[in-house]
Amino acid sequence: MGTLLNINNLKTHFFSSGRTIRALDGVSFHIEEGEVFGLVGETGCGKSVTALSILRLIPFPPGKIINGEILFRGRNLLSLQEDEMRSIRGQEISMIFQEPMTSLNPVFRIGDQMMEVIMLHQKLNRSRAFEKALEMLQRVHIPDADRVVKQYPHQLSGGMRQRVMIAMELSCHPFLLIADEPTTALDVTIQAQILRLIKEIKKELQTSILLITHDLGVIAEMCDRVAVMYAGSIVEEAKVEEIFEEPKHPYTQGLWGAIPRVDQEKEALVVIPGMVPDLSQPPTGCKFHPRCPYRFDPCDQKKPPLFPLSPGHLVSCYLYEEGKSHE
Amino acid sequence: MGRYILKRSLMLLPVLLGVSLVSFSLLHMVPGDPAELLAGEEANPEFIQALRKEYGLDQPLYIQYFHFISHVVRGDFGISIRNREPVIKLLKERFLFTLQLSFLSILIACFIGLIAGVISSTKQYSLFDNMSMVGALFGISMPIFWFGLLLMLVFSVHLRWFPAGGKGTILHLILPAIALGAASSAVIARMTRASMLEVVRQDYIRTARANGLREFIVIYKHALKNAMIPIITVFGLEFGYMLGGAVLTETVFSLPGVGRLMVEGIFQRDYPVVQGSMLLVATTFVVVNLLTDIAYAFFDPKIRYE
Repeated sequence: MGTLLNINNLKTHFFSSGRTIRALDGVSFHIEEGEVFGLVGETGCGKSVTALSILRLIPFPPGKIINGEILFRGRNLLSLQEDEMRSIRGQEISMIFQEPMTSLNPVFRIGDQMMEVIMLHQKLNRSRAFEKALEMLQRVHIPDADRVVKQYPHQLSGGMRQRVMIAMELSCHPFLLIADEPTTALDVTIQAQILRLIKEIKKELQTSILLITHDLGVIAEMCDRVAVMYAGSIVEEAKVEEIFEEPKHPYTQGLWGAIPRVDQEKEALVVIPGMVPDLSQPPTGCKFHPRCPYRFDPCDQKKPPLFPLSPGHLVSCYLYEEGKSHE
Repeated sequence: MGRYILKRSLMLLPVLLGVSLVSFSLLHMVPGDPAELLAGEEANPEFIQALRKEYGLDQPLYIQYFHFISHVVRGDFGISIRNREPVIKLLKERFLFTLQLSFLSILIACFIGLIAGVISSTKQYSLFDNMSMVGALFGISMPIFWFGLLLMLVFSVHLRWFPAGGKGTILHLILPAIALGAASSAVIARMTRASMLEVVRQDYIRTARANGLREFIVIYKHALKNAMIPIITVFGLEFGYMLGGAVLTETVFSLPGVGRLMVEGIFQRDYPVVQGSMLLVATTFVVVNLLTDIAYAFFDPKIRYE
């Protein structure tokens, strides 16, 4: 299997009232064909900005992709014309959002919204597009699909709306599905159903998935590989089993340490001391160094590159610079 | 949808009843005896007594009201005191004219207002946005008689494109319609801009873009339909006011509309005319409001299915 998406040194900045917010400060990762790749991190670390940058949907002003390369099936998305980019959106790369309650247009019927996308990208006529919409709704296990297709979003529950979103976004068989916190706004039981559905559909359609979440449980459940983001940069990237077994970056260790566990008795949850930095005035060097218990000389001067630990396991931390080891 | 329209229409009845009560009491609220007023200053007592009988003013109020209503529903609004013509005939002529003028005005207002508002919202703080919002401020602040005279000066006197007043052809209507529509277009433009700015921030607009839809479709189909509710509200109000007669515009362009009929009626103490036009104007306003409510349901499925 080949590489589907390759992002190199992506920098997306926001310019607001004289300040520059470095939302993405040199992000690099790749996604293989048929793989589920997780992007995890706290709120505001740049996960969603990464997703919107891939689709080139960063609102300008105030945001702008100022540097980098997004290679998708061999083409650099950042150098495409707007109409070429438009034909990729919804057809080759689709996206489902965090808020199923507000992500569907309230004044159009479910079927019409789906058919609009299907007719646009697959060049089907109305009746064929209607059949396709119906088929997709059945595929995501919506009971009574032929009734739902004629309904408006407000007549459906959150879980149902997210199913509709998934059906709509997969209706053109995209190569890549970006799922930005697809279950965060849902009840726990519905969450499990939606995750199972995404997994099932992925298997059927062989779609690669970029799964964005702050929920480590979802990562463990769904992903093949995972990247951890902190303050606009990737700090660690590895196979899911490896990172759960042995998180290396001090931030990853902190994050993993903060997972409450039922098999251990603890008085309080473990927290990482300090605050997420202000991205308009980020710390010099490694952005995590003010909060890091292991910081030493080079940490506050130069941003650490991603050091390879083992094949596929990369860590952006001087502790793992060649010849050194953190024990 | 049918039930919604029926429900709204039924709510019209009490309002119309109230309107008829107010317009009926008009004759009885003016100081003095209506019969004396109707007869004029130098009439003799016998004539006044005869009038009182003729108009049923010697009957108890509720019977008079009943008479009034039963005549009104049959289209009988009485006889104008000044020119001895049935009020209904005057109203018909004048209202038909007002209707034409209002339609043309609201058409102009909508066309300019919607387009300017949408473009302003998609290019917020651009040169176009700033200029159209300054223009809107002008449109709202300009006194209509001044703007009307200005239009007349430029387009009738100097350029000789349009007649300066009177009625007859569509050409006669264009300048008054622009004068009357200018303020409304400004209000509609501002409301459209505000409403669109709110809508384009919504998640479903991002979804539409992420699905690869053209920006034109995103804005004019997905966003505008959602932004329509507050715009329709303003639209309905403006249209209602226009149908109520544009006294100033009609005066400047010497047009025979309902507004002037009413004002002349007031000046000449022609109470049947005032009564009739009041009832007509109020009814029109209420009906326009009903149509606005129905339009809400067209744009918002939540209202349709509630």
